[in-house]
Amino acid sequence: MIQIKNLHKRFGKNQVLEGLALDLKPGGIYAVLGPNGSGKTTLIKCILGMVLPDRGTISVGGADIRRNPGYREAISYLPQIASFPGNLRVGELIDMILDLRKQTADPAPLIGMFRLEPHLDKRLSALSGGTLQKVNLVLTFMFDTPLYILDEPTTGLDPASLIRLKERIHSMREQGKTLLVTTHIMQFVEEVADQVIYLLEGKIYFRGTLDALKNKTGQQDVEHAIAAIAMKDHV
Amino acid sequence: MFKILKYSFYDLMRSRWSYVYFIFYLALGFMLLFLNNDLSKAVITLMNVIIVLVPLIATIFGVMYFYNSREFTQLLLAQPLKRTQIFLGQYFGVAGSLCLSLVLGLGIPFVFYGLFKSSAIWDFGLLLVTGGFLTLIFTALSFNIALSNANKIKGFGYAVLLWLFLAVIYDGLFLLSLILFEAYPLDNFSLAGTLLNPIDLSRTLILLKLDISALLGYTGAVFKQFFGTEAGLLISLGVLLLWTGLPIWWLTRQARRKDF
Amino acid sequence: MAKRLTYLRPRVAPHGSTFPDAAGALSLILLLTLCLTWVPALAQPGTIRVCPDCGVSSLREAIALATAHDTLLIGAGTYRESEIAIDKPLTLIAEGRAVIDGEKKGEVITIEADSVTIDGLEVRNVGVSYTRDNAAIRVVNSRAFTIRNVVMEGLFFGIYLEKSREGLVEDNTIRGEAEEEFNSGNGIQLWYCKDVVVTGNIVKRVRDGIYLEFSDRILIENNTSADNIRYGLHFMFSNDDQYRNNRFENNGAGVAVMFSKHIEMHSNTFRKNWGTASFGLLLKEINDAEITGNTFEENTVGISIEGSNRIAYRGNVFANNGWAIKVRGACYANTFSGNDFLHNAFDVSYNSNVNDNVFRGNFWSDYAGYDLDRDGRGDVPYRPVKLFSYIVNRTPETIVLLRSLFMDLIDFSEKVSPVFTPDNLVDPYPKMKRNL
Repeated sequence: MIQIKNLHKRFGKNQVLEGLALDLKPGGIYAVLGPNGSGKTTLIKCILGMVLPDRGTISVGGADIRRNPGYREAISYLPQIASFPGNLRVGELIDMILDLRKQTADPAPLIGMFRLEPHLDKRLSALSGGTLQKVNLVLTFMFDTPLYILDEPTTGLDPASLIRLKERIHSMREQGKTLLVTTHIMQFVEEVADQVIYLLEGKIYFRGTLDALKNKTGQQDVEHAIAAIAMKDHV
Repeated sequence: MFKILKYSFYDLMRSRWSYVYFIFYLALGFMLLFLNNDLSKAVITLMNVIIVLVPLIATIFGVMYFYNSREFTQLLLAQPLKRTQIFLGQYFGVAGSLCLSLVLGLGIPFVFYGLFKSSAIWDFGLLLVTGGFLTLIFTALSFNIALSNANKIKGFGYAVLLWLFLAVIYDGLFLLSLILFEAYPLDNFSLAGTLLNPIDLSRTLILLKLDISALLGYTGAVFKQFFGTEAGLLISLGVLLLWTGLPIWWLTRQARRKDF
Repeated sequence: MAKRLTYLRPRVAPHGSTFPDAAGALSLILLLTLCLTWVPALAQPGTIRVCPDCGVSSLREAIALATAHDTLLIGAGTYRESEIAIDKPLTLIAEGRAVIDGEKKGEVITIEADSVTIDGLEVRNVGVSYTRDNAAIRVVNSRAFTIRNVVMEGLFFGIYLEKSREGLVEDNTIRGEAEEEFNSGNGIQLWYCKDVVVTGNIVKRVRDGIYLEFSDRILIENNTSADNIRYGLHFMFSNDDQYRNNRFENNGAGVAVMFSKHIEMHSNTFRKNWGTASFGLLLKEINDAEITGNTFEENTVGISIEGSNRIAYRGNVFANNGWAIKVRGACYANTFSGNDFLHNAFDVSYNSNVNDNVFRGNFWSDYAGYDLDRDGRGDVPYRPVKLFSYIVNRTPETIVLLRSLFMDLIDFSEKVSPVFTPDNLVDPYPKMKRNL
């Protein structure tokens, strides 16, 4: 699904990615983890073409993204911060995105799932953070694409919505979709992720299943395993 | 791009600022004509307004819109859309709504006072065309500034500075160099100096059209000879187009290369 | 040569009409009665009819037949004649449309005698020459001539008055086709003339509409001089002249008054003298004149003044000119009072920062002061000279910055604290409302 070779990116003096390489097979849920500033979001934005790498190649679906400008139609992206024009209504926003993307989409079940019907006529500026995140999720999941990239999908969600989100993610795995997820909630990782990709200092420090991670660190749960990696690094 | 243009445009049509500018131009047009019933005189007074205020409004409005629509831009960037289209769409949305405010705001009072029966219609048309160009140019410049400055205050500062430079300081330097080099033949120099600044170029085009050229003396004759011919008019139109095209091109280049 | 019968000469008032007054008319009738009884040959001054089909079919023939004081009635038709010399006191009156066609062969009519009247002819096709100033009608060394209701077309010079006096040029129409200065002539030219009245004429498209050289005590009134290549009216070395109620429009330049003394200029209109070097009125080396009640409208320069002193400008209107008044060179003791300056790009321009002229009680449309004591005079003096006009005088190319924001700004700062413009050049009592 995604092949990355020798990816470098520097912002000013800050070398964020340094020779990162990654090869993801289609199907499955990959959790991208790492301390703050380890380059998770930069990596995602590189894949999305929003950040231009200094060096290295990225292919999505087998083709180099620089030579295949339409590749993003195969990706649905959930941004970390839900930012919408405040003077639009929720319904208008959904219609607008549908109009702009022109891809097959099915927003109705998602709106039902996240209980957004009463909010459809409200302006986005009037919504709470959690509701905005639900709108964000609807906009992402309503399109049927092979690859989903979710940047902190759980932000601001109430427990009920979180459960529905997890259900949705599981059902997508069964449909054979590929999901790339970043999050700081380790419980969430434990519940959904097939594989963990741990970024440190611009490189992939660890990649494998959760069990492999636990074995490697000799810890009982993911949270401690991750923490152990970080501690080890400091020693 | 047209879809983004459409949404930007609708967005602006809903915002109260477009109406503020529309009403401003409307009030200005009616006031000028009320105080001074002569269409052609009102055109001259209007020229002073257009060459100063239109660039300023376009600059400020462009920067303001760009910063205020950050969320919209972010949302669009998250979608599989071409970046150049995102920014061009927004740019043309803003510039288009400003042009519309200008044309309708000034057009309605003038039509009301019998523009179509007046000989001033061509002068007025030229006024609107140059006003439109200045809007396009200064909106593009302000978009460039806003795009390369994440800091709102800095962006505003640079944009106003740019306006100040082209509207005032440039003329001051121009004047200074004319006085310094008065011993040399200056016709071509002043011609070039005029062509290089879109505000000066617009002012000169309107002045010559309004037949104030006789005031310009010998230099005016040179100017008239240049701008009066079809080639001169085409060149000045070309320069205005270049002034519009270059910032737009730079905007797309910047948009393509920037990390978001 | 021509017989001189001077007793019948009408008296011409220097600045009035040629018609004798009542007493004069009475004495004329008495004289005529005397003639009737004393000189049978002149009892009825002869009337000779001229027409293409009559016995007398050319003017030249008729003039040869006529005796002094005869009247020639010229019937409708075209007479192809040139170099017609009128060498005795005659009255030529057109009956119907009588056209004298000079066929471009030199001058058409030359008056060489006193008391000649030409009324209502149409004269056309004067020969153009680079060595002779051919005219449609030339008056040489004569007194008491009247040229009235004559239409002149196809011109070189129109009416050329040479060393003549006490004549009347009235209600003529002169239409030239002048294109260039060097091969065109003047409409009405006065050279070494005195006491002539030029009134009610229309002169268009010649070099100078009316040109005076060494001519004194001339009255120019109610004429229209328009579309001329050079000047509407031009004075050179002519003194004690007066022109009023004339209209000068769309000429190369309106009126040029040069090297002349005591010229009075009243109630004329100077309009649309619009061009690179154009002006409504040019004063060059003129002293002691009065310029009152004139209207200067849409001229590049309303009045251009060079080396002219002690001139009173009163009650004139300057509207929509590029420069209302342009003062060049040394001009002293001029007063500008009670004038209206309306929407001129520059009201007054000086090329020096010395001022010896007085501005007082004018209305300035650019004035932005206030009148707290409500006496009709602004409480803040007005400075009519803008810094920009000073700069333009220094470096003419800077005019390309006309109406730019920068110029408005520095004009404003100069207004607040004058540095470059004459400090004492102010109108201390600017009017709040128009004088006129």
